Amino acid sequence: MKESRALPIAVALAILLLLWYAAAVALNWTQANGDLLATMSLAKPLLPAPHQIAVEFWNSTAGQRIDSKRSLIFHAAVTASSMLAGFALGVAIGLLLAILLVHVRVLDRALLPWIVASQTVPILALAPMIVVVFGAAGLTGLVPKAVISAYLSFFPVVIGVAKGLRAPDRLQLDLLHTYDAGRRRVFTVLRWPSAMRFLFPSLKVAIAAATVGAIVAELPTGAESGLGARLLAGSYYGQTLQIWAALAMASLLAASGVGAVVLLERLVIRARGGRL
Amino acid sequence: MSDTTVEARGLDLVFGDVAALSEIDLTVARGDFVSLIGPSGCGKTSLLRVVADLAQPTGGTILVNGTTPHAARLARAYGYVFQAPALLPWRTVERNVTLPLEIIGLPKDERRARACQQLESVGLAAFARKFPWQLSGGMQQRASIARALSLQPSLLLMDEPFGALDEITRDGLNLRLLRLWEATNLTVLFVTHSIEEAAFLSSRIVVMSARPGRIVEVIESDLPRGRDLDIRDDASFHALAHRVRTALRAGHSYG
Ligand SMILES: Nc1ncnc2c1ncn2[C@@H]1O[C@H](COP(=O)(O)OP(=O)(O)OP(=O)(O)O)[C@@H](O)[C@H]1O
Ligand SMILES: [Mg+2]
Repeated sequence: MKESRALPIAVALAILLLLWYAAAVALNWTQANGDLLATMSLAKPLLPAPHQIAVEFWNSTAGQRIDSKRSLIFHAAVTASSMLAGFALGVAIGLLLAILLVHVRVLDRALLPWIVASQTVPILALAPMIVVVFGAAGLTGLVPKAVISAYLSFFPVVIGVAKGLRAPDRLQLDLLHTYDAGRRRVFTVLRWPSAMRFLFPSLKVAIAAATVGAIVAELPTGAESGLGARLLAGSYYGQTLQIWAALAMASLLAASGVGAVVLLERLVIRARGGRL
Repeated sequence: MSDTTVEARGLDLVFGDVAALSEIDLTVARGDFVSLIGPSGCGKTSLLRVVADLAQPTGGTILVNGTTPHAARLARAYGYVFQAPALLPWRTVERNVTLPLEIIGLPKDERRARACQQLESVGLAAFARKFPWQLSGGMQQRASIARALSLQPSLLLMDEPFGALDEITRDGLNLRLLRLWEATNLTVLFVTHSIEEAAFLSSRIVVMSARPGRIVEVIESDLPRGRDLDIRDDASFHALAHRVRTALRAGHSYG
C-alpha cells in the first residue's frame, strides 16, 4: 500500500526537479554568461535552482534567532496569526450565513447574490480600502488583516455548508416530522450531520484562501513583518531567493492548515465508523 | 380509546388536476391488519400520508385513534415505515432506533433498553453497533421497523416496506411481521403491490384503482391466525388471491 503511493510521488517530484533545473539553466544562461555552473549559483537569479531555495530557506529559518526580523519563522508566525484569526472569523460568518440562508427563505433570495458578488471583487482592490477604513477606526495590525483573510475564507463555507444543510432528502425530513421534531432538532440531528460531508472540503478551501488573504493583507499595510512583507521587500530589491523562500514558507503554512483540517476530518470519520 | 383506529369518510386529495384520492371511505378497526393494494399512482402512499398528517386532505373527514391526524401525530400514535429504510448513515443501528426516543426526551437508559428490545424482536440484536451501510437491504428495513416500533405506537403505517427485497428475504420478513402483529394488539396499515403478500398478511385487503384514486373493493380474509408460509399452497389462499386479482382487474377496466 505505502510503496504504491510513495513511488509515483517520488517519480513526479524527480521529474519536477529535473524540469526546474533545466528551466533555471535556460533562464539564467545570459546572466551567467553561458557558464553552466554559474547558472545555479547566481545571487539574484531570474529563477533560482531548487537547492539554492533550500539553502536560503535553511539559512533564514534554522540560521536565525526566531525573534529576528530576518527569521522566516518570525514572519510566518505573523502571517499565521492573521490567517488563523481570519479563518476562524470566516468560518464563523460562513456557518452563520449558511444557517440563515437555509432557514429563512427570503434571505436565500436576498443575500445569496450579494454573497456571490462579494467574491467577484478583486481582493487586491478591496484590501487597501479595508485597511484604511479599519485604520480610521483605530484598528490596525491583526484586525484588518484577519478581516481580509475572512473575506476570502467565508465564501466556500457558506456555499458548501448551505448545500450540506439542504442535503437531507424528503424521506428523512418526513421521518422527523412524524416525530414532531422542531426546527432546532431537525438541525441538530439531521441537517448538521448531513452537512459534514460538505463542510470539510469547504474548510480545506477556506484555510488555503485564508492564507492567501493573510498574505495579500500584508501588502497594502506597508507591514514590515509577515510573509507578504517579505515577498514585497524581496521583489522590490530583486531578491529572488528571498521571494522563493518566502513562497515555500507560505505553501508550507497553507499545507499545514489543510493538514490540520484533514486530521479533524479523520476524527469525525472515525467517530462515524469509517464514512463521512 | 375508540375501537376504530382509522375512520375516513368521503376523503379527497387533489394535486392540481390529479385526483390522488377520491371519495375514500375506510374503517380500520383496532387490531386489524389492512393492506392497500392497487396499480401505481392509485393513491396508496397518499392515503398513508394523510393518515400520518404528512399530507392534508382537500375534502372529507378522517379520524385517527378518534382524533385528527394532527393530534394523533403529536401523540406519537403511529410509527411510519417508508419504502426506503431512511436510516441516518452516521448513526449506528442502535442510535437510529433510539432517535425517536431521543426526540421525545426519554432518558438514556430507557432509550437503550427499548432499542435493545426492539432490535431483538426484529432479529438484529447482534448488529446494534454496526452502521446502516454495513447491513443488507433487508436488515436495514428491519432496523427501520424497529425504529418505528420503538415509540410503542398502536398503529404501524408501512409503505411497501419490502418492495425492494428479494422474494426469500421478503417471505422471511413477512412471517416475522405477521408473528409480531399476532403477538401484539398492533394495528397495521400496509401498502403493497404484491397480491401474495397482501393475501398472506392481511385480515382485510383494500383494493384500489387509479385516476381517480378510489377504493374498488374491501376483501375480508378468512385465513386462520397463526398461519405460516405453507398456507400459500392451500386452496383457501388461492381463492383469496383470486378474489384480489379479480378486483384489481375490475378496477383496471374502470379507467
Ligand atoms: N406531492 C405531490 N404533488 C403532485 N402530485 C402528487 C404528489 N404526490 C402524489 N401525487 C400524485 O398523486 C397520485 C397518487 O400518488 P401516490 O404516490 O399516492 O400513488 P401510489 O399508489 O403510492 O403509487 P406507487 O404504487 O407508484 O407508489 C399520482 O398520480 C401522483 O402523481
Ligand atoms: Mg407509493
